[in-house]
Amino acid sequence: MSIRLENVSHIYDSNSDEKSVALNNANLVINEGEFIGIVGHTGSGKSTLIQHLNGLMLPTSGTVYYDDEDISRDGYDLRGLRGKVGMCFQYPEHQLFEVTILDDVAFGPMNYGISKEEAVKTAKSCLYAVGMREELYGKSPFELSGGQKRRVAIAGILAMHPKYLVLDEPTAGLDPEGREHILKLLRTLNEERHMTIILVSHSMEDMATYVDRLIVMNHGNVEFDGTKEEVFSHKKELEAMGLSVPFFRYVVEDLKERGMNIDTSALTLEEAKTAILDAIKRKENHD
Amino acid sequence: MKNLILKIKDLKHEYISYQDEDEKGTIVHAVDGVSLDVQRGQFIAILGHNGSGKSSLAKHLNGLLVPSEGTVFVENMDTKDPKNMLDIRQNVGIVFQNPDNQIVGSIVEEDVGFGPENIGIPTEEIWERVSRVLEGVGMHAYQKSSPNNLSGGQKQRVAIAGIMAMEPECIVLDEPTAMLDPKGRQDVLKLIKRLNQEKKITIILITHNMDEVLPADQVFVMNQGKVTMSGTPKEVFYHVDELKKLGLEVPFATDLAYELRKEGIELSPDIISKGELVEELCQYV
Amino acid sequence: MIRDITIGQYYKSDSMIHKLDPRVKLFGTLIYVITLFFYKSPITYAASLIFLGIVIALSTVPLSFILRGLKAVFVILLFSVVINMFFIPGEALVHIWKLTITKEGIMTAVYLGVRLVMLVLGTSLMTFTTTPNELTDGLEKSLGFLKKIKLPIHEMAMMMSIALRFIPILTEELGKIMKAQTARGVDFENGSMIHRIKNMVPIIVPLFVAAIRRANDLAMAMESRCYHGSEGRTKMKPLKYEKRDGMAYIFLIVFLGIMIYLAFFLSR
Repeated sequence: MSIRLENVSHIYDSNSDEKSVALNNANLVINEGEFIGIVGHTGSGKSTLIQHLNGLMLPTSGTVYYDDEDISRDGYDLRGLRGKVGMCFQYPEHQLFEVTILDDVAFGPMNYGISKEEAVKTAKSCLYAVGMREELYGKSPFELSGGQKRRVAIAGILAMHPKYLVLDEPTAGLDPEGREHILKLLRTLNEERHMTIILVSHSMEDMATYVDRLIVMNHGNVEFDGTKEEVFSHKKELEAMGLSVPFFRYVVEDLKERGMNIDTSALTLEEAKTAILDAIKRKENHD
Repeated sequence: MKNLILKIKDLKHEYISYQDEDEKGTIVHAVDGVSLDVQRGQFIAILGHNGSGKSSLAKHLNGLLVPSEGTVFVENMDTKDPKNMLDIRQNVGIVFQNPDNQIVGSIVEEDVGFGPENIGIPTEEIWERVSRVLEGVGMHAYQKSSPNNLSGGQKQRVAIAGIMAMEPECIVLDEPTAMLDPKGRQDVLKLIKRLNQEKKITIILITHNMDEVLPADQVFVMNQGKVTMSGTPKEVFYHVDELKKLGLEVPFATDLAYELRKEGIELSPDIISKGELVEELCQYV
Repeated sequence: MIRDITIGQYYKSDSMIHKLDPRVKLFGTLIYVITLFFYKSPITYAASLIFLGIVIALSTVPLSFILRGLKAVFVILLFSVVINMFFIPGEALVHIWKLTITKEGIMTAVYLGVRLVMLVLGTSLMTFTTTPNELTDGLEKSLGFLKKIKLPIHEMAMMMSIALRFIPILTEELGKIMKAQTARGVDFENGSMIHRIKNMVPIIVPLFVAAIRRANDLAMAMESRCYHGSEGRTKMKPLKYEKRDGMAYIFLIVFLGIMIYLAFFLSR
């Protein structure tokens, strides 16, 4: 069970003089159950890439396979695909429109022919999963705070029971608390419901904490694709692309440079803390 | 008194929220008794989670909102007096979060000229100002461009230029980087710092991003419409536990130092940068 | 498709026509449109066409760019031409099924087609050579006399220029919302008419909410920048007549004179 991209390119405006290559010969396999991060600066092709995963965009050359089926072929059920690959765009709260929160969340499943009763049941469980209190279900989505709206919008996508969930900067504009809420929700969905998560973000620290595998986009190319440890080992290349490695990696590397005998593989706060404590202990034992 | 640009005393702002079809509505205290003074040339940061009242406070600083109770004085002018409105707004400009929604003109230069036009600056001087401030924010090459073709960070710099063209004493920025990518964020922050240091513009930066607070002279932390903490960034970030309880974060370096201290490593409690942290840890080498 | 709509776009250039005062261009367009409806005769059309040709040549806007504007209105054009061809009574020429094409019908259709094409070309040339702001400034100034009878001309001009600025932003927003709802399983292409109309709700509501949110933000930003109507406002780009504008007026008056002569004296 996978989404597979084979030599996928996407060129905008193929018929005019100004061609722009948004995606250049991408090869990727996304397996069920993975937690994948995608990084890259604005215009690197990230958003073009993710829109190929649920057929909102189709390749101008190459093939996207969902469970080994070519999604560009005639008669392929793209709408069905969009139910299986949930897509949460930036600022998803801007798509809310129903009178009540519950109705809005039930909207997705009902588009797929699920009965109103069943859809409402699903909606309730999804709202519960994103941490919305039950007394809010009958309220208008427009009365909620920014963070709450965002969670309702995500619940609306979860309600379609997707196997894959793609999120484009789901924490943009949220305060620290709201941000952590969303990221922890993604972790739970991945660990407990085995949902495949594909997260686009600018925060290397969030990537280091949450994802297993990291894909780096640059000028429409998949520049790196590997475990986060592997990818973050290419510090120089990442910096040349205008990206960086997590803050804590810089700390341990600086300490090493200053002569501390320290393991420099740390990416997160916890890892950096352990590495520093170990290094100090080693030093004390040595003395 | 001469150096005091903003004087806020016991400011309260209430509005009535009509939710749930009940007829009475409930009174919301968006700002609930805030007093603070801002000296000319200072870099002030106001920190708080969404809904803490920091944006409502910002809108009081140039009379977009007027106090329900208490007073706000800008350059000794009461914001409650409609006669002062234009003077106050010329002195205190606000840059908002969404770069698209604050650009009026269809061409960059026309947008920057909008403010000066409104305050009746003669034509030749408008052109001088436009060209000067666009140079100042590094957007001179885009003077004739359409704002729609610019990146978020560039649009935000145009918005800042539009405020600068009114030659204000003070600029309030309400989460100016929230919708930008890292590159745009850095460019805007660098510009804000430069305006403060070189042009001596008083800066009031409203944010929930801890790293943006570090260059400030003074930080005010808001929660539930009240100022709950204030001081230099070092003084404020010293209170790691309290900040976390308010749903805020501390800079990564402070957080790591805090965790290490809990494990018995001796480090000063006011570390806020990577340099300081590394320097102190080096004593263990 | 949306890319084909060149009407209302601005074509950047430094031509003589671009430099003209927008009031001259507004006046010129007005005269041109009025004379188009003067009288149907080949000679007046030829004269209008020559006028249009001269202006296009002077404007340096490429002909292909101007003609692209016709693509968008092609369907409407075809529709009205065909309708005329069949439904004008007169001397029968061809019978197709129950319909009859008449000689008068063909004549009317040709005249109408030419008139519509020239109307679109002429008016779009105006927007190609004038920025939205110049256009609104020109309108504000030309209609300034209406302020005396308390019509809010400045406010209307400001609204128009803001609308023009936000059209591309809201178009982009519309695209985003459509994508987001497509991702939630909305099908815009299939289904009955009623079904499709119902499917517009998840798009229209968010679009309205977005427009109101943006309007609210913009109002605050404008107030922050001391906007308070036209009182005491100066202009960054004040409209001032140059020598070339006087020449253009003379040219336009001469053109009007020729047209009147051709339509009312020569053709009779």
